[in-house]
Amino acid sequence: MSDTQTPEPKGLIARFLAASPDSVGKTIFIAVAVCLVASMIVSAAAVSLRPVQEANKLKDKQINILQVAGVYEPGIDIAEAFAAFEPHVLELETGNFVDDRFDPNTFDDVAAASDPELSEPLENDPAGIGRKAKYRVIYLLRDEAGKLDKVILPIHGYGLWSTLYGFIALEENGNDIFGLQFYQHGETPGLGAEVDNPRWKALWNGKKLRDDAGELQITVAKTQPAAGPDFYIDALAGATLTTVGVDNLVKFWMGDQGYAPFLNKLQAGEI
Amino acid sequence: MSQTRKEMLVDPLVDNNPITLQVLGICSALAVTSSLQVAFVMALAVTFVTAFSSMFISMLRNQIPSSIRIIVQMVIIASLVILVDQVLKAYAFEISKTLSVFVGLIITNCIVMGRAEAFAMKNPPLDSFIDGLGNGMGYGLILMLVGIVRELFGSGSLFGVTILQTVNNGGWYVPNGLLLLPPSAFFIIGLIIWAFRTWKPNQVEEREYKIQQVEAH
Repeated sequence: MSDTQTPEPKGLIARFLAASPDSVGKTIFIAVAVCLVASMIVSAAAVSLRPVQEANKLKDKQINILQVAGVYEPGIDIAEAFAAFEPHVLELETGNFVDDRFDPNTFDDVAAASDPELSEPLENDPAGIGRKAKYRVIYLLRDEAGKLDKVILPIHGYGLWSTLYGFIALEENGNDIFGLQFYQHGETPGLGAEVDNPRWKALWNGKKLRDDAGELQITVAKTQPAAGPDFYIDALAGATLTTVGVDNLVKFWMGDQGYAPFLNKLQAGEI
Repeated sequence: MSQTRKEMLVDPLVDNNPITLQVLGICSALAVTSSLQVAFVMALAVTFVTAFSSMFISMLRNQIPSSIRIIVQMVIIASLVILVDQVLKAYAFEISKTLSVFVGLIITNCIVMGRAEAFAMKNPPLDSFIDGLGNGMGYGLILMLVGIVRELFGSGSLFGVTILQTVNNGGWYVPNGLLLLPPSAFFIIGLIIWAFRTWKPNQVEEREYKIQQVEAH
């Protein structure tokens, strides 16, 4: 039995339903109909939920910036607290702000890392990130008098299983670490994922990046290096490769390929 | 069908559990059970998808051409999975960050396909819905059991609430790191299957080969 055209519409539907499901016409019809209905449901859900999802992502990022700067408390108004932070687009190579070329509120520096126009491949790549964005969005926190209080810099690099994305907060002198926090990673729960452990994160507070001679000395390792306890963060127990990853990425971003030009300017008082 | 609806709902929990009796859906059971909260959300997601995909497939069962029936089932299942993923991203963002990959993999979960093909294609919509619900819950039950063991002894907490204070946080409990890694779920599922089959010996499968005793000459 086939679904030949008949003038009567009621008969057509009835005949269609009664037709053997294995006829060619019906097979094609069912395939198309199921796909159409399914795609409509899926796209309706994706489109209608997108604003909520985007808001979640933004809020998540803002909470992490507030946390790394030490001003987050449960229950505070995120958007209001975040308004105190001043975003800037930083050109890594020169250490200058380029806010006139990009809008710091909308510039997506994570996406920029895969845009050939805005990024460059890395030859010396200890952090395992492949490409480096030429521009990053950084945040300045000023105190009530308008004096610079903290600098929040985005950092990322490869650990054991995944790329860790996070922020490091520096004091106004650009050398003392206030805190470090990762907002996205896929390290082993209980081992590498202890980068989220508040007790380990607290170790970062008060450490220094560079010694008096200006050499980058910060180290995350099992044993304390010669530079002394001011530059040393204890490794995560049982997570050697994640520790090495964090060590590499902090050294990379705080070094000459990362924020060093900007930090030099900050210390020279040019910001 | 001699089963009552109550049996359809309750049978897959212990007597005909998709994980312990049919040994289906193991991969995701390994991946998402290191914390209870994630396991719980995953169990809800799978239950939702099995129940509704079985219902929709059953509604269409007389119209689905047999030559493309698997594809039609997959399209329906995949749409529901994407729906779940999108809703999680919108309303449970924190959990979706760890769960997103595995939610996508519900599409390939053998339990969902198995119920669609074995039950929903031959039974009316309401029965199929209940059957899907029961099987999703059976899957969820095992997920929760495995999750309880793994989170309690692996990180010393349940649902993120600290029960055993770990050494890392200044307590006394040295967590068992193996339990946080996927292979441990294999051991735990194996032990659960052993326990179930000791409790209900009729679940034990017949041996395929038997060593025969031959009288010595």
